[in-house]
Amino acid sequence: MSPILFWFFALLMLVFGVAVVVNRNPIASALNLVVSFLGLAALFMSLDAFFIGIIQVLVYAGAVMVLFLFIIMLLDLRAERLRKINWVASAGGVAVALALLIQIFYVIGHLTFSKQTFPPLARSEIDDVHNIGLLLFGNYNLPFQIIGVLVLVATIGAVLLSKRERR
Amino acid sequence: MKSALPWYALLLPLVSAGAITLFTRRLKTLSSLISVAAVLGSFVCSCLIFGQKGLSAPELKWIDFGTVFTVPFGFVLDDLSRMMLVLVSGIGALIHIYSLGYMRDDEGKSRYFAALSLFMFAMLGIVLANNFVMLFIFWELVAFTSYVLIGHWFERDAAADAANKAFFTNRIGDFGFMLGILLVWMSTRSVVFADIAPRLSILTSHPAFLTIAALLIFCGAVGKSAQFPLHVWLPDAMEGPTPISALIHAATMVAAGVYMLVRVGFIIQASPSALLVIAWIGTISALLAALIATQQSDIKRILAYSTISQLGYMMIAVGLASNEAAIFHLFTHAFFKALLFLGAGSIIIMLRHEQNIWKMGGLARHLPITFLTFVVGALALIGFPLFSGFFSKDTILALAYDHNMPIFVVALFTAFLTAFYILRLVVVVFFAKPRSDAARASDESPLVMTGPLIVLALLAWLGGYGFFARHFLAIPHEKELLLIVPVLAITAMILGAGLAIALYRNRTSEPIEVDLLRRLFYIDEFYRWLLDWTQELLASISAFFDRWIIDAGAVRGVSGGTWGIGALLRLIQMGNLQAYAFLFGLGIVALIYFAVFR
Amino acid sequence: MVTLGHYLIVSGILFAIGFAGVMLRRSLIIIFMSLELMLNAANLSLVAFSRFHVQPSGVPDYNAQVFVFFIITVGAAEVAVGLAIIVALFRARQTTHVEDINTLKF
Repeated sequence: MSPILFWFFALLMLVFGVAVVVNRNPIASALNLVVSFLGLAALFMSLDAFFIGIIQVLVYAGAVMVLFLFIIMLLDLRAERLRKINWVASAGGVAVALALLIQIFYVIGHLTFSKQTFPPLARSEIDDVHNIGLLLFGNYNLPFQIIGVLVLVATIGAVLLSKRERR
Repeated sequence: MKSALPWYALLLPLVSAGAITLFTRRLKTLSSLISVAAVLGSFVCSCLIFGQKGLSAPELKWIDFGTVFTVPFGFVLDDLSRMMLVLVSGIGALIHIYSLGYMRDDEGKSRYFAALSLFMFAMLGIVLANNFVMLFIFWELVAFTSYVLIGHWFERDAAADAANKAFFTNRIGDFGFMLGILLVWMSTRSVVFADIAPRLSILTSHPAFLTIAALLIFCGAVGKSAQFPLHVWLPDAMEGPTPISALIHAATMVAAGVYMLVRVGFIIQASPSALLVIAWIGTISALLAALIATQQSDIKRILAYSTISQLGYMMIAVGLASNEAAIFHLFTHAFFKALLFLGAGSIIIMLRHEQNIWKMGGLARHLPITFLTFVVGALALIGFPLFSGFFSKDTILALAYDHNMPIFVVALFTAFLTAFYILRLVVVVFFAKPRSDAARASDESPLVMTGPLIVLALLAWLGGYGFFARHFLAIPHEKELLLIVPVLAITAMILGAGLAIALYRNRTSEPIEVDLLRRLFYIDEFYRWLLDWTQELLASISAFFDRWIIDAGAVRGVSGGTWGIGALLRLIQMGNLQAYAFLFGLGIVALIYFAVFR
Repeated sequence: MVTLGHYLIVSGILFAIGFAGVMLRRSLIIIFMSLELMLNAANLSLVAFSRFHVQPSGVPDYNAQVFVFFIITVGAAEVAVGLAIIVALFRARQTTHVEDINTLKF
């Protein structure tokens, strides 16, 4: 994929990610996050991970963010009122994040294989959905079933948690 | 020639004590007979041993650590031991028989006879022991049985307290004794007497060390023989039954102190300073006790102080380096003191446990045999010529006259006091009119009690004569028969007796009151104050330590420290979500740093 | 040319942004969204490695993509339950401000 598109979508993702963090209005934050996810999905596509990209759009942008929006509107959250900002804590937080970032840069910079370019792919009749399916239902069958149970439990949990107290 | 007789003599009373304690507690008469039989058996064995010179008994190796520390269980059977065997078992037998009568109606008869048998075992053990450790073990056992017997009527507070006092005071002396034994062992590497004697040169080359060791060993004798300052237990020990007072506190246990000093005389006599101390302590005790005895109204206490006084005389003899004189006086004293005590017991029983001499009187008519035998004993005590006490006491006075004039003067004055107080006793108790109903209604004691009295009276009369005593012990020879000493002694005696008779004839109550003497020189009060003060001091130090160092320091320190550290650590749990996230991040950054960059 | 390193760096930056969001914002919902950012950053890393680690048969290593699949699923379930909790919390406290929710302390 050409570097221009890569940079475009990467920047899209990052800028709207920052917007998520910075915005006061929760609705705005949520919508920024949706766009960020779309950028991420594009990056997935660029990595020939089509299935994952689609899933990202469907599940994350489609379901999870919609849920977020529902909740925000349910709780009727207004824009956050500015309370006194604790500058020390904020500085500390930023410092830690920066430190993490610097460490990541350093590590990645020193890894030899980070200079690696796209290795060529062989022509294959089976597309990636197929391959992922084979793996999922083959090697990872048990985790797959467990994930099913997990989602069921999450559903039950969400229902339970939302119940109002019976007088 | 080896023989097992000494083992029989020693162990028969132990078997009797064990049998009574385990099997015949309820059968009181049977217990008493077992005990009497055992002691008679010991006496027979002792006589048999006495008859054969050069006897030796098989030894047991009890503790054996080679040359470092060996304690055998063995016997020494020289003339002294054999004489003491016969004396102890003989007088013991007489007192056992007397007890049959005295304790006839007592509730704890089995207990009494078991303890009495155990005492005989322990006393014979002391006399036969051939090393310090065995001696010490039996020494302590004697103190213990004495405790049991003094406190025989333990429901009475006074008796229980007296038993405690006796044991504690003995213990104080024994502490010194033990230190002395340790010093001797340290230097000569042996506790067996026969092995120490040839190694004495090690000790004599360090005179200060030797003196200290000798004085420490003497501490044990001070406690056991009730010398000043550890004499306070003996008068209180009169709370026990009178046969016990006779046996333990007149004839045998208290004499054990003197015996022990004679047995290890070779150590003591090597130190002139120790000898001097011993002689003076004996003198002080003799004088002190005689003074106090002149003002007492309890018949047994008068005799108790008399015992302390006479033991003082024996200590004087030991201190003047004449073991023979000390043993001679011990020998005669055993007879007449036991006689006096048993006579007092006869009076007490017949007057239904009355002990105050001012409630007696005119008993010469009511208890004739007791009266006659008592007078014999009294005469022996004051050293009346022809009686045993005369010979032994005069020997000691002559010794003092030869070697140490101040001691002689004090001893002479004490002889004067001795005559005074004992004649006071005789006059008040036996003459004049009876002063109480109990006295009026009294009668002579049964034969089982008067029999031993008569036997002892004969011994008290004849015991000092050469033809009798020669078989038992070495009679000390005076250089020349210094006439001055007997004359002075007899003069002092007559003065004392005369003064007593003059003062106390036909009195109904005590004419003279000397508070200092009546209150025993306030020694008991002083000891009480001393104990209180020391205990207060120790208690306050311990309280301080406990309150400030353990409580505030250790306990509160630990708890406070834990609380403080907890309070610090608690701050991590702020409840603030983002603080937690911050700490997470910090941790991860640190982890990566340590994993990758180091 | 775009290398593996580019993708990884981008992923790292996204993760840092998410982390900063968790620490700086006061509203629970925003914190939650930042958390999702972090998850997705990890997903990007995984997929990048999957693409650049080609099997001898010429196919990318799909194990990582299966892993991403699981992560997405679990993330979704987590969001569902988490939001339910936030709703319940809001019902109890009437606030989503994170500093007001501090009773779980000593």
